[in-house]
Formats: sequence, structure tokens, C-alpha cells
Amino acid sequence: MDLLTLLDYLIRGLSLGSIYAIIALGYTMVYGIAKMLNFAHGDVIMVGGYICFFTMSGLSSTFAEGSMAAAVVPALAGVVLSMVVCTVLGVVIEGLAYKPLRQAPSLAVLITAIGVSYFLQNAALLLWSSSPKYFSPIVGSGQLKVGPLTISHVTLVTIVACVIIMLALTSFTGRTKMGKAMRAVSEDKGAAQLMGINVNRTISMTFAIGSALAAIAGVLLCSAYPTLTPTTGSMPGIKAFTAAVFGGIGSIPGALLGGLLLGVIEIFAGAYISTQLSTAVVFGVLIIVLLVKPAGLLGKTVREKV
Amino acid sequence: MKKNILTINKSTRSMIFTYALVIGAFVIIQLLRTFKDGGVGAVLEGQLIPICAYVTMALALNLVVGISGELSLGHAGFMSIGAFMGCAAAGSLAGLIPSPTLRLVVAMVIGAALAGFFGFLIGIPVLRLNGDYLAIVTLAFGEIIKSLITNVYLGVDAKGFQFSFLTDKNSLGEGGIQLIKGPMGVMNTQRISTFAVGFVLVLITLIVIFNLVNSRTGRAIMAARDNRIAAESVGISVTKYKMIAFVTSAALAGAAGTLYGCSQTTFVATKFDFNTSILILVFVVLGGLGNMWGSVIAAAALTILPEALRQFADYRMLVYAIVLILVMLATNNPTLWNWYARFRRKKAEEEGGAEQ
Repeated sequence: MDLLTLLDYLIRGLSLGSIYAIIALGYTMVYGIAKMLNFAHGDVIMVGGYICFFTMSGLSSTFAEGSMAAAVVPALAGVVLSMVVCTVLGVVIEGLAYKPLRQAPSLAVLITAIGVSYFLQNAALLLWSSSPKYFSPIVGSGQLKVGPLTISHVTLVTIVACVIIMLALTSFTGRTKMGKAMRAVSEDKGAAQLMGINVNRTISMTFAIGSALAAIAGVLLCSAYPTLTPTTGSMPGIKAFTAAVFGGIGSIPGALLGGLLLGVIEIFAGAYISTQLSTAVVFGVLIIVLLVKPAGLLGKTVREKV
Repeated sequence: MKKNILTINKSTRSMIFTYALVIGAFVIIQLLRTFKDGGVGAVLEGQLIPICAYVTMALALNLVVGISGELSLGHAGFMSIGAFMGCAAAGSLAGLIPSPTLRLVVAMVIGAALAGFFGFLIGIPVLRLNGDYLAIVTLAFGEIIKSLITNVYLGVDAKGFQFSFLTDKNSLGEGGIQLIKGPMGVMNTQRISTFAVGFVLVLITLIVIFNLVNSRTGRAIMAARDNRIAAESVGISVTKYKMIAFVTSAALAGAAGTLYGCSQTTFVATKFDFNTSILILVFVVLGGLGNMWGSVIAAAALTILPEALRQFADYRMLVYAIVLILVMLATNNPTLWNWYARFRRKKAEEEGGAEQ
């Protein structure tokens, strides 16, 4: 086994894993607070990708070819706009579809989330047709040479973005008032309400943050894998959900660890075992981990009192 | 007479209603097909066998989700095993059993047995977990089964079976047939599934499930669902009873898979993906957990709905999604429930008053 190829695969795995981790953060935060599996999360990613695509292709003609502005402005505008749209979308979905079901059994919420997911996919199909769009990476297709290694800018940006998001989220949940409220709600909804925390607003806020992260993940995902269709988000969504469970659902560092591991395992399985079986290997590893540690890698085991 | 029906306990009444519903629907459809020009219409006619398959799937999944209380997100995997193995069996038995109906039945038994066996293997690790973790592991198994079957090549010739994985290395002799062609799936030379067999399968599924639920075993399964610790403390082996429900469900799903597979000219492994598992879960939840006639109606209605919405063309899946969300919101609306409860109470009081 060649060390250089190994390192190359590792970096690619970390990059894919960073995307999974960002998506998984959205899953894990929503699960931690609202105790629901938000299956529509993957489709919010897709919406983010489309918004960024249209903003970029709309703006690219207004700037001179090759100028500094042409490289920066459309990409930046695309990212910001897709984050705004997805945040609003996330809050609206939560308010219309999930909020009325706060007291309902969890399966009912799950099915509603699936309904929302179908809705987003089919709305995208009607609005933007099923023919794939080819996304141009937000940071161009340049490459960085570090010794014998070549790393594409997209890979680099993805990993850096993931680290920044991680740090920002950790300090947000640890330091700010809203973050503390989120942790309180996820611990005990009733007690949090008694302490004067507005539970509904906290949950909406969580959806807003999760959806904004989904938008970033969508842009990064489409930069790395440029084909954009209405079902682009569903498989990464499922894998990221797996990553969240892998790391221990509800735990933010767990989502990062789970996402990165999943990405690395997927790339290595594809490279050294078989590309056709890489998904099977990923899920196989997940099953083994859950059998050894049933609450995930960093999950807390809650003892049941009799 | 009215009083007699009312004095039978609720579960028996629901059971009789379910049987009556299924048999009644079958009789009406068969009468229409025999005596009316154009039968039941081209849309419904083409959906009859898939409806039977999906009704069976919904009943099987209801056994796991409703009765045993474990969320399974990978039931399409068992359907897939049943479809592929059953159709492969039907294809290889073509010379041996000339009657297509008998061949279908044998294929369904084989499909059910294999799916049940896989259900047992998967159940060993899965049923040790709880709640969402169990759900995610069943999802994982469903995906694994899908990607494994996509890479299976199975052929048969005069010398026996040939099997290869990932790449097609089968070299078949004269008259050999490639039964499973990896990503190309299965190509049926003849579609042997019939509506009558589908109906019998639904009926058998109902008999199996009702007998299981109303037995000592069924009560143990439900006790384990309602309170695991209390059930264990009275000597119920929770894993064993959950396993019984899971394997039964997997076997029924396998038979449904064979029925479905043998009704299609061609199908691929990716047909039985996460979305199919979810689709069946939607039937179960909409029909009501543990409610068998609900599953039957939901599965039949939601299988026809996308076809019936064809007039909306591109909008049909959008409408389907909106209907799904609205139904969930309406059935879980506390105001509606309170109103319904008040209505029931009022009616009961009136009846009580009349008797005095």
C-alpha cells in the first residue's frame, strides 16, 4: 500500500466526512431538542444547492470574466442567499408541519417529516425539472500542491468550513443564553419551561440553525459532487443521519466524529474493497459499532430506573 | 342481532370486520371483473396484485411496529429477498412444476422461508437494541441487502446452480437461464402471479397475525411492548417473543415480495430501497398502529391514489405529499379528538338514559 495514495484517500474521506458532519449536526441538534427524526433535512440540503446554483449562474454574467469580483461575489451571494432561504424554509416547515404535532406520538411526526420530504422533492421537480444541473464549485476548480500531494480548493474549504462551524456551534451552545436554553430544553422540556424558557422559540431557533447548516452542506456537497437533481439530498441525508447515530445522537462532538469516520470509511471501502459495496460496508460498520456501544460512540447511556 | 354484535369484545369485532372487508372486496372485484364490461377499469386492474402485495407488507410491518412496538425501517429488504429468491425459484422450477399457480405457491414458500431465515439472522443483533437505534440498524440492513443483491449473479443450467458475486463469472451450458442478473435484476419470462393467489396470501396473513395476536404468545409480545421490565419480571423472555414477531413478519414480507416480483416483467434491487420501506410504514401509521383493517384500507387506498391522481400529471406526487401531511395533522389534532370524545360521551349518555 502506497503511503501517498493512502494520504490522498484520507483527505478525500475527511472532506466527504466534513460534509456528512455538517449535515449530521443539523440532525443531531433537532433530535436532541425536539426528539424527532427530521427526514426532510436532506431535502433542505437540495434546496440550498439549487438556490446557490441559480444565484451564481444569475450573477456570473454581471461581472467581467476573470476579475476578482467575478470569483468572489456570486459565490458569496449564493452561499448567503441559500442560507437565508433555507433558514426561512426550516422555520416555516417547523411552524406549519411540526409545531401542531408537539404532543403527538413520535411516529406521527416521523410520517409528517416524510411527507414534507416528498413535498420538497416534488416541488423541486416541478420548479426546476428533473434534468440535472451542473454546479460549478464555489471556490473554482483550483488545486493546492503540498509537496507531492495535490488537494483541491473545494476539499480544503470543506474541511475548514467544518472546523469553523464546529467551533462556532460549541461556543454558541456553551456560552450564549440561547445555547444554554437549547441544552436545557434538550435535557428536560418541562423543567426548562418552568424556568421561564420559551420552548417553542428555542425549537424554532434550532430548526433555523440546522437549516442554515444544511444550506452550507448543500453548497459544499454540490461543489464536491457537481450533479444537482431533486433527489440529490436524500442519500447524503440518510448517511448523515447514520453518522449522527454512529457518534451518539444528540451529541455535537459525536456528530463530528461520526461524520468524519463515516466519510473516511466510505472512501476507503470504495478504494480498497469495491465501489459497489462501499455503502454496504459503511452500514456494516455502523451495525458493529451499535452492537458494541448501543448508544453510539459518544452517546450517553441512560440507565433506566425501575 | 345488533345487541349480539355489540356484546362481542372489541378485538373479535375488529377481526370479523377485517375478514369481512377483505373477502367482500375480493368478491365485489371478482364479480365486476366477470360480469361488467371493462372490469374494474384499466388502472385498478393493473394494480390488483401490487395492492395484495402491499396489503400483506403493511400487515406484516404492523405486526412489528404496532403489535411488537419496534420501528423497522428496512422491511423492503425482506420483500426484496422474497422477490429475488422466489422469482429465481419459480424460474428454475419451470420445467419441474408445469402448473403456474402451484409453482407460484412453491416459490412463495421458498421466498418466505428465506426471508424468515434472514429475519432471524438480522433479529439476533437488532432486537438487543431499543427505539431509534433499532430503527437505524434495520435501515442499515435494508441498505446492505439492497447493495448485496444488486451484485448477485445467479444462473441455472442442466448441471445445477451457478453463483457469482460482483462480476458475472457464470458460464451457463446449453439451455441455461440467468435467473438474477446483478444490477439488471430479474427478467420474468412469464408473469405467474394472479389476483386470486394474492387474495389467498392476504387471507393467510390475516389468519396468521390474528391467531398470533390472540394467543398466549401474542399477549406476551404485547406485554413486552407495553413494559419491557414488567414483562421480564413475570418471566417473559422479551428477546424471544420479539424475535417470533420479527421472523413471522419477515417471512410474510418475503411471500409478499415473491407475489410482487412474479407479477412484474422485470424488476431491480434498487426498487426495494429505503423509500419503499417508508412507503409501507406510511400505510401502517395512517391505518393505525396495531389496527389490521386500517392497514388494509390504507395500503389499498394509497397504492391506488398515485395512479388515480394521474389526471394531475406532474402534480400528483406533490398532492400525495400534501394529503399525507394534512391527514397526519388532522388525525393528531387535539381539538378534533376532544370534540370526538365529547360526541361519544354525549351519545353514550343518551343511550344510557334510554335504557333506564
